[in-house]
Amino acid sequence: MAIAKKAVVWGLFAAGGTLTSFVFPALIALFLLIATGNVPEGLQFDQIRTFAVSWLGKACLFIVLFLSVWHAAHRLRVVAHDFGIRKDALVANAVYTIAAIGSVLAAFYLLMIG
Amino acid sequence: MSTQTRQMELEVMRYDPEKDDAPWFQTYSVPCMEDWVILDAINYVKDNLDTTLAYRWSCHMMVCGSCGMMVNGEPSLTCKTFIRELPDKVRIEPLENFPIERDLVVVLDDVMQKLHQVQPYIIRKDDPPAEDKEYIQSRGALAKFKQLTMCINCMCCYAACPQYALNKDFIGPAALALAHRYNRDNRDQGKSDRLDILADHDGVWDCSFVGACSEVCPKHVDPAAAIQQMKVDGAVEFWKQKMGIPGDKS
Amino acid sequence: MSRNPYVRPISTTTWYMRHGRYKVYVLRELTSFLVMFYSFLTIYGLSALTGSAERWDAFLASQQSTAMVVFHGVALLYFLFFQTFPWFKLAPKAMPVQIGEKKLPDSYIIIGHYVAWLAVSVFILWLAGAF
Repeated sequence: MAIAKKAVVWGLFAAGGTLTSFVFPALIALFLLIATGNVPEGLQFDQIRTFAVSWLGKACLFIVLFLSVWHAAHRLRVVAHDFGIRKDALVANAVYTIAAIGSVLAAFYLLMIG
Repeated sequence: MSTQTRQMELEVMRYDPEKDDAPWFQTYSVPCMEDWVILDAINYVKDNLDTTLAYRWSCHMMVCGSCGMMVNGEPSLTCKTFIRELPDKVRIEPLENFPIERDLVVVLDDVMQKLHQVQPYIIRKDDPPAEDKEYIQSRGALAKFKQLTMCINCMCCYAACPQYALNKDFIGPAALALAHRYNRDNRDQGKSDRLDILADHDGVWDCSFVGACSEVCPKHVDPAAAIQQMKVDGAVEFWKQKMGIPGDKS
Repeated sequence: MSRNPYVRPISTTTWYMRHGRYKVYVLRELTSFLVMFYSFLTIYGLSALTGSAERWDAFLASQQSTAMVVFHGVALLYFLFFQTFPWFKLAPKAMPVQIGEKKLPDSYIIIGHYVAWLAVSVFILWLAGAF
């Protein structure tokens, strides 16, 4: 009844925080490898496409991206507050809109593949 | 017993509500015994150097919770802050985030009201037991919240909490930890009543898990952990209510 | 005697400079920018993957530079020390485990997180063919 809707975004924040803690170090390491020019075999077009075409691959990528953007969005709302921005409703709308756009784009591109 | 003394400089924040526009610092030079705590040094000032100094204390043994002050910027129970762990110059201020009544005495009205607000008592929905019956509690059930009963309301956690500093509507660490203590008590049936207050806007969600409350707590209550657990409860309860599943009564 | 409580001022924009633990906290919260950045970078990569092999290769090539090597390297360390490790450290507080009358020591839960994290990382890197 009186439980604030923050319960929902906090749930996404907590789940996303756990997931990013586990997954992002490896993800950043892969971008690091790409940046050095040593693109790993699994990231060559044919292999990564095979992965992204499969429903399991799509599901994994979507869950990671969805929870990550909502995690980051909620934390950015707190960051804004901590840096003295007091227009919380405006900030909340902005960051959650970004998260929603990210979620929709991720879903859209994943469905476009394959 | 050591008779060795060490000369310490105590920079004490002073504020006289009838004379001063703002607080200021007065320095006292105190011959301290090596086994003293900060409260002993302040008592020495009161007894020997300056009778006008106002501060709160009672038990001198970490039970009453009234001698909380800022010691070199750290919220501390002055009866357990030993001078042997401190440099020769120490700055004593009233607890942060509270209005100053006089000198080292702060106004605690706000947290008193908040402690009351969270309904920190056992709530039963059923009839009380017959005269020859009692509410049974196993040791395992007690262990679920025993740590949370250690709070002595010294309010060091409020002085450490930046979210309370920034927003006085936030219920804050000690009151939330106390609410969680009753939520986890198997004799209590008021969890969903409390969640309506605690999981509302100024409840648990205003906490951003800085964790400072738990770091400064002299009784190792760990309010930060209690608040995170309540967030989990709040998130679960939210979906239960949405889906029409009856709330957790125990 | 009249009451006249004094309220000490606090800066809403620079309060965290007062104490080391607040600075560490703010650095932790700032990892949210990295999470946003890498999420959208990955989404951008997915957009390239919807096209031809040439488009994907062009995306990979566009990510190749010394500046990005430095950026990713710093980001990786920053993320580990201000997101992954602190998150694992705080995990047992949010999700305590009690068996019978005894609380499972926090260290068990924390070590469990590290072991799982190593396994997940090795799996992802293996899946990507990094070794």
